[in-house]
Amino acid sequence: MDGIGRKRAARGDVTGGQRRDRLLAVASPAGVLVAWEVLSRLGALDARFVPAPTTILHTMALMTRTGELPYHILVSVRRVVLGFLLGAGPAVGLGLLMGLSRPVRSALLPIVSAAYPIPKIAVYPLIIFYLGLGEASKVGIVAVSIFFLVLLSTMSGVLALDPAYFKIARAYGADARAVFATVAWPGALPQIFTGLKLGMGFALIVIVGAELLGSTSGIGYLIWRSYQIFAVDAMFVGLLVTAVLGWVAAAALDWLEHRVLPWRAS
Amino acid sequence: MSTRVAPPGLACLAVNGLSHAYPGARGPVAALDGVSFSVRTGQFCAVIGPSGCGKTTLLHVLAGLIAPTRGTVTLPPRSPGRLVTAVVFQGISTFPWMTVRQNVAYGLRALGLPAAERRRRVEQQVARVGLADFLDAYPHQLSEGMRQRTGIARAFATDPDVLLMDEPFGSLDEQTRLRLQDELLGLWQGSGKTVVFVTHSLDEAARLADRVLVMSARPGRVTADIAVPFPRPRGYGEVRSDPAYGAFTARLWTELAGSGRPAAT
Ligand SMILES: Nc1ncnc2c1ncn2[C@@H]1O[C@H](COP(=O)(O)OP(=O)(O)OP(=O)(O)O)[C@@H](O)[C@H]1O
Ligand SMILES: [Mg+2]
Repeated sequence: MDGIGRKRAARGDVTGGQRRDRLLAVASPAGVLVAWEVLSRLGALDARFVPAPTTILHTMALMTRTGELPYHILVSVRRVVLGFLLGAGPAVGLGLLMGLSRPVRSALLPIVSAAYPIPKIAVYPLIIFYLGLGEASKVGIVAVSIFFLVLLSTMSGVLALDPAYFKIARAYGADARAVFATVAWPGALPQIFTGLKLGMGFALIVIVGAELLGSTSGIGYLIWRSYQIFAVDAMFVGLLVTAVLGWVAAAALDWLEHRVLPWRAS
Repeated sequence: MSTRVAPPGLACLAVNGLSHAYPGARGPVAALDGVSFSVRTGQFCAVIGPSGCGKTTLLHVLAGLIAPTRGTVTLPPRSPGRLVTAVVFQGISTFPWMTVRQNVAYGLRALGLPAAERRRRVEQQVARVGLADFLDAYPHQLSEGMRQRTGIARAFATDPDVLLMDEPFGSLDEQTRLRLQDELLGLWQGSGKTVVFVTHSLDEAARLADRVLVMSARPGRVTADIAVPFPRPRGYGEVRSDPAYGAFTARLWTELAGSGRPAAT
């Protein structure tokens, strides 16, 4: 009883080291922004090429008020979320299967290994050819870009499990379905999360790239259009929004991981 | 593995001409070679033997996890609401992603028991191994000894005919080991359960078992079958101060050492 209570408390505590880490995490980007602003005001940075942070924020506020920025953000987020779910779901299922079954693994691993290193943005024209220029191709490219990554990390998560767990399961009467649900899936979950987090990074890279190439909406499109009309500050807004989105997505996955994996000794 | 429905006579468990070879890179590796013995219902049978002699292999065959190359195993018929064999494994004994409650309930899924009965059995067994306050703790929040207790509670919760234990206390410190031996004796006495208990420790075999099977070096054969003379209940102090104790463990050691010689048949 005591032991648990103490461990729980310890997790909530912020130790000196953690506090310093958090402080640094906020202080270093803030420092860069301040330096940037100062250099802009002094004229060391040419505002036509690198606008000051305050200018960028001002533009951002304007674009938010007109509803333009929220619209493009929502469009991109929707594509990433849908593509993520569409890609990760089957990848986890197939990855578990490949981890559990040697024949399935032997049959599919060569194909997966060959497809994995192809830069997914290079497949985009083909996806447009199949799915058209609409939403389907954007969601599709995100799904494809994370599929192989999540598949491989799920499979290796199952393969890394100690055979002892499978022995316990079989000794206590678990059938194939129970082994899947009580050993392979929960046991591989930490590795699945590793795959999802890496995949989220890829998903953002790919969606912004895809929107630059062939789209009439989304953050990538916003950046591209701003380039065409030489609105450098709006381009920076697009970059800033992408960075913040990446950060929020990573934080959300971290939060989910802690919720879903309470059994991991942190 | 061929499992006859009814064991002969009073025997709960019978093993006949059991041999097992693992496939190896340079031909098959013989792990067991013609092992035969039977265990009476309710008997506590220890198995000792040099490392790598096939003790774990034997237990896995008994549990139905490995199909032996040759020979038969006879176990009691399956009865509703209980497993025929339950295993406490060497090393890893719990699923780290399950709480104590879920770990102990694990064997009950396959038994088709109603939820209330599952819950009753889990709470009873967890309380008996002294983990009532830790029902919802995860294994990483427990000590090694507590994890081992969880594995033992899981086995008892399935109310097995035969309890198969593979060096369950092997990785524990001396004090915890003695305490868990006491607990195990307490759980076993009056339960009527047949136990096959693999151990490296001569003291443990002498303290717990009714009978000790000694195995030879690989490929494992049973080279001696020795009755343990000490009366029960076996408090640590009483057994250790029994005048016959020294001679008994010395005899076990002689048998072990003799069986280790490659030429001995
Ligand atoms: N999965 C396996 N594949 C191939 N050979 C194996 C396998 N498992 C065990 N063996 C071999 O079979 C022999 C018996 O192994 P086993 O694990 O049964 O020994 P043990 O008596 O339990 O040893 P210990 O006391 O160290 O636990 C060993 O020599 C080992 O090399
Ligand atoms: Mg062993």
